[in-house]
Amino acid sequence: MMAATAVSPGYRVARWGYLAFCVAAFVFLIAPILVLVPLSFNAEPYFTFTEGMLRFDPEAYSLRWYRSMFDGDEWTRPLANSLIIGISATVVATVLGAAAALGLAHPAMPGRKIVTALLISPMITPVIIAGVGMFFFYSNLGLAQTHIGIILAHAVFGAPFVVITVSATLAGFDWTVMRAAANLGANPLVAFRRVQLPLILPGVISGSLFAFAASFDELVIVLFMGGLEQRTLPRQMWSGIREEISPTILAVATFLIVFALLALSTVEWLRRRGAAGGQRAG
Amino acid sequence: MTSQGSPSVSQPPARPLWRRALGPRLRAAGLALPLVAFVSVTFLGPMLSLLTKSFYDPEVADALPETMAALRDWDGQGTPSDEAFAAVAREFVAARQERTLGRTANRVNRVVSGMRSTIMGGSREMVDAAAAAEAAGVEMDGAFWRETMIGIDSRWGEPEHWRALQAAGQRLTARHYLKALDFERGPDGGYQRAPEVWRIYVPLFWRTFLVSLGVTLLCLVIGYPVAHMIANSPPKRANVLLLLVLLPFWTSLLVRTTSWIVLLQNQGIVNDFLVAIGLIGDDGRIAMIYNMTGTFVAMTHVLLPFLVLPLYSVMRAIPPAHMNAAVSLGATPFQALRRVYWPQTLPGVGAGCLLTFILAIGYYITPALVGGQSGQLISNMIAYHVQTSLNWGLAAALAALLLGGVTLLYVVYDRLVGIDRIGLG
Repeated sequence: MMAATAVSPGYRVARWGYLAFCVAAFVFLIAPILVLVPLSFNAEPYFTFTEGMLRFDPEAYSLRWYRSMFDGDEWTRPLANSLIIGISATVVATVLGAAAALGLAHPAMPGRKIVTALLISPMITPVIIAGVGMFFFYSNLGLAQTHIGIILAHAVFGAPFVVITVSATLAGFDWTVMRAAANLGANPLVAFRRVQLPLILPGVISGSLFAFAASFDELVIVLFMGGLEQRTLPRQMWSGIREEISPTILAVATFLIVFALLALSTVEWLRRRGAAGGQRAG
Repeated sequence: MTSQGSPSVSQPPARPLWRRALGPRLRAAGLALPLVAFVSVTFLGPMLSLLTKSFYDPEVADALPETMAALRDWDGQGTPSDEAFAAVAREFVAARQERTLGRTANRVNRVVSGMRSTIMGGSREMVDAAAAAEAAGVEMDGAFWRETMIGIDSRWGEPEHWRALQAAGQRLTARHYLKALDFERGPDGGYQRAPEVWRIYVPLFWRTFLVSLGVTLLCLVIGYPVAHMIANSPPKRANVLLLLVLLPFWTSLLVRTTSWIVLLQNQGIVNDFLVAIGLIGDDGRIAMIYNMTGTFVAMTHVLLPFLVLPLYSVMRAIPPAHMNAAVSLGATPFQALRRVYWPQTLPGVGAGCLLTFILAIGYYITPALVGGQSGQLISNMIAYHVQTSLNWGLAAALAALLLGGVTLLYVVYDRLVGIDRIGLG
């Protein structure tokens, strides 16, 4: 911080302006998300705060939108679909992505730069472009309107996240350790399980969380390729917003915010643990 | 090198040299191979089929092979040969009975509009004419069909419509790209720029570019102080502030879009608040959503974390001593900011802006939900042609053009930052 004695009145104004601007920016970032949470407990079918809610009248709050979320299969079926697709895609992405990251991190890997660019390309291509191509390609293979088609698409979008997070845990990995393990009689599988796996595990978990969240939130592919049987949570919210918007969507949104909080905390916790571990090792 | 490379006594001598040299390479490549193969099939495959679809269109050629064979040598002047008339009549009547003519007619209609009714209406009368001729015992040769078809619809006597048929029958074609760049077929069969009022796609590309640029700049203006504050806070507070940026990043896009609708719609919270404090009347509620404003606000909110995070990681590495030194050497805080701090953050500014811009340019869901009519971007048009108009060749050409632009930006990004250094915040 700058010495307080040297400040001019103009600087003080600028400093206050900066603080106010930053506070406003943080409010802009977070308020739109948090505002949905109290609204989801509205007793009335409105999307705005009723007078009762502003008076904190308990009568004005209810759990009716949470009950209607689990009433019938309007939201439970999409939730089940999202979980099936998300978990399957995550498993594929994690296994393939972690293996690829191990290969890429190895000093002997040929053509590392071009292979990395290829493996990351699904993540950085605008999904509308990939979606059009996948729609043509998977329709030709008869995979449009199947779970398999969407799982494959989501897996290829999710794998780059795993590649990146696992690669990060392997940065600075001393590969002579693996040779030492081999010299001590460990076969490559044992050496991997006992030496590398504990090291990359935080990266594998964060990567798979990223991959799952990407699938759980993905809509363009589902819109292009999914049929009635593949309605996922985002697909159902899309219809909800475009057709008849019911406050149940606020309960669903709150559920998804809680999910985001949990995923975020897990990844941050793993990152900090990883960083601490790295400091200890170094 | 050579003396050190020779195997020492303690090493097992069994493995030949080539295996020792190649083994680790093969093992490393073998680990990456499954994902490389998976990405090649499930991602590169679709990208190739997208590019193929944008210039390869065999549908009409496959549906009307005899017609296309008869038209192959026609020079585009006057009317084609009698054989062409006979081939068209035969294949139209056959396709009509198999109920496949509608698809063909749609394709031809995209080359010259109005051809759908010419083909569909005309073919119905051709079926009747064929039945009548058969009953009367008239021979249905080329001359018969020439007379009958021109009698049914005088367009069959004009070269323009035959040229449309001929053009639609070309398997390899640039017409989707020409259409995507707002060129249209003139009466002479050549392409020219469409009159200004009929141009759709180039203005839309331009609008997408401008909106992406505007959103990126807005994100920079908001994100720069935010990243600065996080980078210069004590660790505990910095962590909390970072969470405030990361929570929107992790929250579902649909949730964030829903919340902007709840906030900004006519009966929404912001308007209710403005009415309640008396700033606007109940009948003067401001339209803040389902237009360009909605697209702009929601997109800025969605993309802001993508700019803050790279900026933050660059700013964190700048020692505060630099600013203090500049100020104690007599610079005003503003001068120090402009001459010392800002230049050091440029790598983060470049990387963050480029990433934000690339993401913005392909945005689809947000404009579709909150953009109304005026807030639509090029990706919405692509989706429209995939799902509603079913003009897949045009959708592919638009997507391929967008892909070209994005690839160009990534080349810049690669030069600036390195494509393999894309991080996750």
